[in-house]
Amino acid sequence: MARRAVALGLPRLPGLLAGGVVLALTLGTLAAVAWRADGGGLDAADRAAIRFTLVQAALSAVLSVALAIPVARALARRRFAGRGVLVTLLGAPFILPVIVAVLGLLATFGRGGIVNAGLAWLGLPPVSIYGLHGVVLAHVFFNLPLAVRLILQGWLAIPAERFRVAASLNGSVFRLLEWPMLRAVVPGILAVIFLVCLTSFAVALTLGGGPRATTVELAIYQALRFDFDLGRAAWLAGVQFALCAAAAFVAWSVAVPAGFGAGLDRAVRRWDGGRGALILDIIVVALAATFLLVPLGMIVARGAGGLTGMPASIWAAAGRSVAVALGSAALTIALTLAVVLRGGIVAGLSAALPLAASSLVMGTGLFILVFPFVDPATLALPVTALVNAAMALPFALRAVAPAMATARADYGRLAASLGLRGWAALRIALLPRLRRPLGFATGLAAALSMGDLGVVALFADSGSETLPLAMYRLMGAYRMDAAAGAALLLLALSLGLFWIFDRGGRTDAAT
Amino acid sequence: MLRLDGVRARQGAFTLTAEIEIAAATTAVMGPSGGGKSTLLAVVAGFVDATAGRISWDGRDITAAPPGDRPVAILFQEGNLFPHLTVAQNVGLGLHPSLRLREGQVRAVAAALAQVGLGGMGARRPAALSGGQQSRAALARVLLMDRPLVLLDEPFAALGPGLRAEMLDLAAGTLRAAGRTLMIVTHDPDDAERIADEIVVVDGGRAQPPVPTKDLLSDPPQSLRDYLGR
Repeated sequence: MARRAVALGLPRLPGLLAGGVVLALTLGTLAAVAWRADGGGLDAADRAAIRFTLVQAALSAVLSVALAIPVARALARRRFAGRGVLVTLLGAPFILPVIVAVLGLLATFGRGGIVNAGLAWLGLPPVSIYGLHGVVLAHVFFNLPLAVRLILQGWLAIPAERFRVAASLNGSVFRLLEWPMLRAVVPGILAVIFLVCLTSFAVALTLGGGPRATTVELAIYQALRFDFDLGRAAWLAGVQFALCAAAAFVAWSVAVPAGFGAGLDRAVRRWDGGRGALILDIIVVALAATFLLVPLGMIVARGAGGLTGMPASIWAAAGRSVAVALGSAALTIALTLAVVLRGGIVAGLSAALPLAASSLVMGTGLFILVFPFVDPATLALPVTALVNAAMALPFALRAVAPAMATARADYGRLAASLGLRGWAALRIALLPRLRRPLGFATGLAAALSMGDLGVVALFADSGSETLPLAMYRLMGAYRMDAAAGAALLLLALSLGLFWIFDRGGRTDAAT
Repeated sequence: MLRLDGVRARQGAFTLTAEIEIAAATTAVMGPSGGGKSTLLAVVAGFVDATAGRISWDGRDITAAPPGDRPVAILFQEGNLFPHLTVAQNVGLGLHPSLRLREGQVRAVAAALAQVGLGGMGARRPAALSGGQQSRAALARVLLMDRPLVLLDEPFAALGPGLRAEMLDLAAGTLRAAGRTLMIVTHDPDDAERIADEIVVVDGGRAQPPVPTKDLLSDPPQSLRDYLGR
């Protein structure tokens, strides 16, 4: 018998409220931006910012995917010790605070980094990490692992029998199997990475800057913080929203592959390729692992020494960050549950709109709305928690919504037949079925908020700075040892929060 | 007494019609797969809406009542226990739709578990029970529920013949003694003969009026004959 959803009298009003919050944060802030925007036309600096934003995002997307293809192929066709750990590590950059990774990249590729030390030893001139190539390098560092995981999923989705058929026909595996798969998955991955790089603020803040390497988001920040030109910031925020909306529409229409797939732990037996392919795979995996692990290692190595030299204000900032992360995670889960219970168009919009929005645009809109009434700095922490929650909502929904659908399909009739309705149905029958995805989503939301350096930079003064912002200010003051210590602390707190919640969802979860 | 007056219900492309009156203590529901047996039970339990007609219990119209408000306890073919609750909590939900039970209710749960041979196993999770024990736990809840009409949709189909007969006897005997009405879907004429007073044949989307078990099985109509392979 086909099962349909049984009415359980579940609360639907909170979903409407949650949808209203998402709408207000995305389109409402946009309206505020449109109301305050003046400017009228793009000047040369605006055009340069738009051009740089598009160029760095396109370069980052193409390079990430191009480099990811050989890595994914090697992981798909080889088994080796540490393969599982490497695949798990490829998921880590998603919850790695951007500012921490930037510090690791600086320690590796920066002026005093190990690469330049090596070049000097060889008598070669040093390379600079600042500017376009630095921004692209950081974006590839973050998105190469994502691209590898997504492409690896595509590879492993090719049934093993197909490889047998191709081998028995002595046909080209690439032409028969791999090229069609890549053609299907690569456009969506390119679009997603392009969108991510379009809205990346912290990387441009730390590695970009100046007339030749300013993104639109960085220009918004500078207009608001340095020039205090609300009209210009609003105008730029409108431009940024248009760019994001266009990119999000493209990404949405080319069918993006699902993000967190399980079952990446097998390698497919193949019959093509010989010693040459094996050597190539070894080199590719070694290079990729080095590229990812060395900056992470540098954070730990430099941070351990810097922990003792941190100013006391770092600990206060860490406390504020933990509070913001916990508040943001609680808000994310409340929004997620409310939206999931309502479903329909509210769920669709809540999962899509925040992806097209950017936290700087939201921040600018909120700044315009609150500025006439209160000092924005006093609201820095609640606003950060709120915007972080909105940005985490699509990912939380992707984890929780399918589990809720399964729970309702499997146990909805039983709950209804026992007279469980409303909150009782939720508490007794459904929520216990959602422990794992809820734990995962809470951990994700907490870690993302913990490491966020975006909207807080618009609002905070020194009395309300979070740990990422405090760390950024230490870097700006060239106190690199203290910044490295703060980076290690931030890394530990982000990963720790994710681990605690994700673990809490798994422990004792009866299936 | 359960009455279905001119009831029609649709599930996808399938339509069920029913014009029946169930008065016997135990009624078996038989017929070929896809004939509409499960749909009939789902309509009575309230999981499929009747698009026409009237369903009543002892004269009270329940056509539009939600599943939890009907005088009906139901066991499905599978998924009758919440895996995240203990056996005692699962059974206790039959007394009150929350997990807080009074002292007397806790004793009633323990007694119901003992009645189905699961005494002392209340603290376990369903995953720690065998398939037969899980069926018994679900049956314990149905026995405990204060609902006069009990619907069983082949809940013992996964059990071996010996255990199934034992469960059927326990269910039918206990419910009959309590003056409750049982409707049970079964594929096996021996099961029907063992416990049922009457049989409702559901075939081709039509539920036919009940016929005494002996009469039907001694002289089955052609459709049932084809189905039984006799």
